[in-house]
Parts: sequence; C-alpha cells; structure tokens
Amino acid sequence: MLSRTADNLYWLSRYMERADFGARILGATMRLAALPSNYVGEHNEWESAVAAAGDVKEFHRLYDAANEETVRDFLAFSLHNPSSIRSCLERARDNARSVRTALTVEMWEVINGAWLELKRFKGSEMSREEFGRFIEWTKGVSLTCDGSAYRTMLRNDAFWFTRLGTAIERADNTARILDVKYHVLLPPSESVGGSLDYFQWTAILREVSALTAYHWVYRQGIKPWLVADLLILNRQMPRSLANCYELLVRHLDLIADAYGRRGESQDLASAMKARLSATTMDAVFAQGLHEFIEDFIDENDRLGTAITQQYLL
Amino acid sequence: MARRSAGRLIDARRAQAELFFRRIGITFAVYGDNEANERLIPFCVIPRVLTKPEWGLIERGLTQRVAALNAFLKDVYGEQACIKAGVIPADLIHRNPQYRSEMIGQRAPHDVYVHIAGIDVVRVDAETFYVLEDNVRTPSGVSYMLENREVMMRLFPELFSQHRIAPVETYPEALLATLRSVAPADQDPTVVLMTPGRYNSAYYEHSFLADKLGIELVEASDLFVKDEVVYMRTTQGPQRVDVIYRRIDDDFLDPLVFRPDSALGVPGLFGAYRAGNVTLANAVGTGIADDKAVYTYMPEIIRFFTGEEPILKNVPTWRCREKEGLAYALDHLPELVVKEVGGSGGYGMLVGPHATRREIEAFARKIAQAPENFIAQPTLALSTCPTFVAAGVAPRHVDLRPFVLTGARGSCIVPGGLTRVALKEGSLVVNSSQGGGTKDTWVLDG
Repeated sequence: MLSRTADNLYWLSRYMERADFGARILGATMRLAALPSNYVGEHNEWESAVAAAGDVKEFHRLYDAANEETVRDFLAFSLHNPSSIRSCLERARDNARSVRTALTVEMWEVINGAWLELKRFKGSEMSREEFGRFIEWTKGVSLTCDGSAYRTMLRNDAFWFTRLGTAIERADNTARILDVKYHVLLPPSESVGGSLDYFQWTAILREVSALTAYHWVYRQGIKPWLVADLLILNRQMPRSLANCYELLVRHLDLIADAYGRRGESQDLASAMKARLSATTMDAVFAQGLHEFIEDFIDENDRLGTAITQQYLL
Repeated sequence: MARRSAGRLIDARRAQAELFFRRIGITFAVYGDNEANERLIPFCVIPRVLTKPEWGLIERGLTQRVAALNAFLKDVYGEQACIKAGVIPADLIHRNPQYRSEMIGQRAPHDVYVHIAGIDVVRVDAETFYVLEDNVRTPSGVSYMLENREVMMRLFPELFSQHRIAPVETYPEALLATLRSVAPADQDPTVVLMTPGRYNSAYYEHSFLADKLGIELVEASDLFVKDEVVYMRTTQGPQRVDVIYRRIDDDFLDPLVFRPDSALGVPGLFGAYRAGNVTLANAVGTGIADDKAVYTYMPEIIRFFTGEEPILKNVPTWRCREKEGLAYALDHLPELVVKEVGGSGGYGMLVGPHATRREIEAFARKIAQAPENFIAQPTLALSTCPTFVAAGVAPRHVDLRPFVLTGARGSCIVPGGLTRVALKEGSLVVNSSQGGGTKDTWVLDG
C-alpha cells in the first residue's frame, strides 16, 4: 500500500484514541474537582489534567489560570491545542478524507458523521450537564470508530496500521497519566494509605476505564501499588503498557511477515515487550516509578519514529 | 388526502436523499467560495427517462464521434492529413494553446488518446439530439451517475422492480478493463488514479472511483521516476506503475516538460510516457479535440475520418473568426449564446436573451477585439424534465453527459449518464459550479 495511505491510517487511529483519552481525563477531573477539598487535598486537579492530556506551556500561553472553564476549553474545544478533542476529530477526518479508498464505508460514516455532529456542540457556553453529554458522545465516537474498523476492515496491512496507531497512542496516554500521578502511586513500604489519595487512585482508574476491572482482577480494596501494576504490567488490562506492547508486537510481526522483512520497529517493540514481561512491580519501584515511566515514554516515542522511518515515508 | 400523503412521502424521500449524500460525503468544492467549501450538489429525485430507441441513437452517435476524435488526435500529432485536405485550418491547430507540440510524432498506445470521454448531449425535439460539448481531457461527473442510481434504488426500490431500467453499476469494471487493456506490458499491470489532492473540487469522485476500481489513489508526491520508469512509494518500497488514470491537467503533469512551477507534478513522468513505459489516460494534448473552436469543425472531422454522416448533430455555430460569422453574431447578439473558445464551466459566456443591453454592448466590444476567441450559437429550445423546486414540481432544462470508454478493443458506454438540471427557472446553465443540480438517468431496457 502507499506509504502516505499507511501514514494517514496510522494517524487517524492515533487521533481517535487521543480524543477518547481527552474525554476520559476531563470526565475524571470533573468528578474529582466536585469533591470537597478535605477529601482530595488542595492541589489543582485542572492543572494536572492539562499536564496529562496536553501541553502545559501552550496552555499557560493561552490562559491565565487552570480552572474548569479554561481547561474544558483547552482540552475539549480549542483549535490552538492540537490534542484537543475538536482538533483530534477534525484531524482524524482530514486524514480519513485523504484515504477514503482505504477505509470501509462504515468507518467513513462514523468519522464523517462525528465531524458533522461536532459543529452542533457550542463549546464554552455549555452547562455541566451538556458538557457531560459531549464527553460521553466523544467516547462513543471513538468506540464506534474502533469497532467499525475491527468489524469491517480487511485483515491486511491497512488494518494493521490502524491497530499500531491505536496501541502506540494508548501506551503513550497511559504512561502520561502515570507520569502526572506517579507521586500517589507508592510501593507498599511507603504507602500511608490516607483517604486523601483514595480519590486520586480511583480517578486514575476511571481515566483508563479500569475501575471495575480493578475489582475483578485483584478482589481487594484499592492499593496504589496494585493500581500501578494494573496499568503497567497486567496483560489482561487493555490499556496497560504490557498489553499495548503485545498488540504492537503482534501487528508489527504481521506486517513483517506479509512484507517478508523485519526492521528496527520490530526490534524495539519486542525488546520493550520482553522488558515488561520480565519485570515486577517491586523492581519498578526499586528503580523508581518516575524514572521508569519517563524512560518508557522516550522508548515509546522512539518506536513511533522507527515505524515512521520504516513504513510511512 | 392521497395527494397530501404522496407529497409527504416525496418530501421524506428528498430529506433521506440529502442525508444519505451528506453522510457518504459527496461534496463539490466551488472555487472562490470559502464558506461552502464542501457543498452538496442538489439532487432531484425525479429521474430523467430515455427509451431504448432514443438511447440506441445516442449510443451509436457517441461511438462514432469518439472514434473520430481519436483518429483526429492521432492525425494532428502525426501526418496532419486533415489539415492538408483542408478539413480544418492549419492555424487553428498550430496556434491553439491546447495543441501540445511535445506530443508531435508520439503515438499513443493502441492509438487511443481519449480513453474516457464525457460528451454533453442536449435534446431539442422528439428526434433531434445535439452534442453541446465534447469533454476529452479529464471529464468528471461519473460518480454522480453511480451514486444517484444508488440513492434512487434505496429510496424507490419498488420502481426498479416495476420497470426494466438498464443498470449502470458495471461502469467501474468497464473502466478498469479499459485501463488495463492499454498497459505497456500484458501481464497484470498496476493501474493507479492520480489526483491533484483533496482540495480539488472533484476529489470525492477521484477517491470514489479508486475505491470502486480497487486501485491506489496517488498524488504526485507518491510517485517518482527512475530510468524512465514510474514507481509509487509504498510501505514495501518502490512499486512499478504501468497505467495512470490521471485526473490532473496536462500543465501540471511534469514540471520538467510543462509548467515548471507545478508542485502537483512528477518530474520525468512525460519522459517515461515517451519511452513507452507508462500509459497516461487520457493522453497528453487531447484538449485540442474538445476546444470550442475545433468543435465547430466536428461534422467535417467525423465525415473525413469515418466516411459517414454524423449521427449526432453539432449545435449550429457561427465562428467569429470568419467574416460572415462575426457579422452575423454581432447583428444577432440578443438572441445568441456566445462562448469564449477557451472557457469552461459556463464562465465567460453571454446568454443573449437573458442579458441586459449594457452587458450585450460590453460583450460586443470583447468580441470585436479578438473575434477568433468566440463562437456564437442560437439559444436552443432545450428539453425540460419535471423537477422539484421550492414551489413544487416544474419543468427545468436538462442536459446529459454519457461516458464513453475506449480501450485496445474498442468503445463501450454504460446505458445512462449524468443528467444535469438548471434549477433556476428558464436558465440554460446546468453547471454545478453555477447552481445546477443532478438527476438519475433511466434508460428503459425494452
């Protein structure tokens, strides 16, 4: 297939996944911010939402302070923020439009339909309730797009490139949440287990839609080190780093088999997958969670560059 | 009561049709119209119907005409017998900006220059069809023919079971077979569709066709030429390209040969074509055959190259380049349609009966300054077709653009075409860029 087509499919999926992530961050933050401060402490949840889902520098260039109004605008509607939900949906549609031939009609209808409907949401004047509906709508769009790709696309390189885009974006998103919230995810030895952090932990789980999953997997109360385990090493968890790398390795292997040639991206992805399955949370905490996450984000970026070099230019 | 509910049914169907087009993304970008960057072309749910004998006449006439057009192109870039025989004046060819000297002495594979032609036909009375215009560069509109039918079959399935309506859905397959038949080498050629990109007004059609044909939709940046062979950049490295169905004008094909400032083109593409390593459809330089000045000679061209009388007539035309023609045109401007020979899309023309005296005077001065740039035609009593307008159903003028495919093994035409309708009362301009709409075209099969 054309490199340009592969590039468009890959980015289309990344933008769709990113829109979903933006919606989840906003949803969880609104919930957290609605709690009385004696439950969650004094730190500004809106500030950390920006850190997880956007560019802090760009945010402060555009607004004076991080509060519900400004962060909602920045993460959901601002066209100055390339990762806002609106920007993502517009760019996804832009990408889709230039690869109409590589998409199924079902996918095109979801993406184009979302783009048309997006105009109906009026942005800053929305009430909380209306905004809540916008968040749910966004999640639905991303879900339907993913589902329509899964149900309707031929199982060939076009499909595999969409899976790569989704998985690498998802890994990046999960790592970004961990990067912002690592300070509340302490190992058992250091944990004070105060009620202050309980709401932070559940918020993290909500951001990756894993609150119910947590209970099923661990069958115990919420412990910060188990939250970290679920998001980093647990292969059952669709948004965990380990699962994302399983997907990346699988689809990169399928592409390599079809093309009869392996390259740097296959090497990098398998190395990371091996690393994630060989390690334990104890080892990660010993290395330092923050260092581990920062290192992961760098490696994930390197993989993105390698995929681009190998296939998309 | 029955009438009211029938009206409501039609309204509901029209709303459904609009929604369907919008979701599926058929849009038409009108240049210079930023607000409506992606606008729908109005679709009328009342079809235009042709009987089998009527279609048979059109089909024979178009086949003859396209055969003559191809023979004419081979000749003007080759022996120039038609000039030597005095069929057409030499300066009309040689001094025509549409004449591509780069093509002189260059034979097109299988002598096919025009693989895809969109010939605009109008009807003036029960038996008479005129050819209004030949479009043999990169004619568009075929996606509307296919999508309009698709919509009609969804909206009125019962009509299709009650009437024998000839299908048009074989067009993509016929197009692919045509393109494959003219490839330089026999075995499994790679065919691509080349588009100027998604900002082009016909981009939807390009992507639609590439999809239906199952071929790559490429932009210039996807192609490169090495050792006179064209390749496309793929995820598996370079892949050789054999046939390019290009929907980009001659000027922008290859900056080394044509416009040097073109960012849309592929350096070396024309060299690869000359070396016979790639086939371009349509060939370069076909614009000389649909030039409005050359059009006026089509009856003579058809007689000269086919030895037959033209089956489809030309609209009677006065050539302002000739003394008598100019005099007649200037005397009768209020009743004539005057066209600039290089214009297209309904721009640069005067519709005498609808023009003010001042407009007519201004146009007369333009003609007098460069008479060779103009032709004049009578205002035709174009046929009308019942059409939905704001006030209900009313007659509106229509034309028809069937698509003629020509490959190594001759021509074929799917029964139907794009019917365009002038939505303004009395208007004769059907171009979508000027507010025209479209209809499905039904050829009754017996």
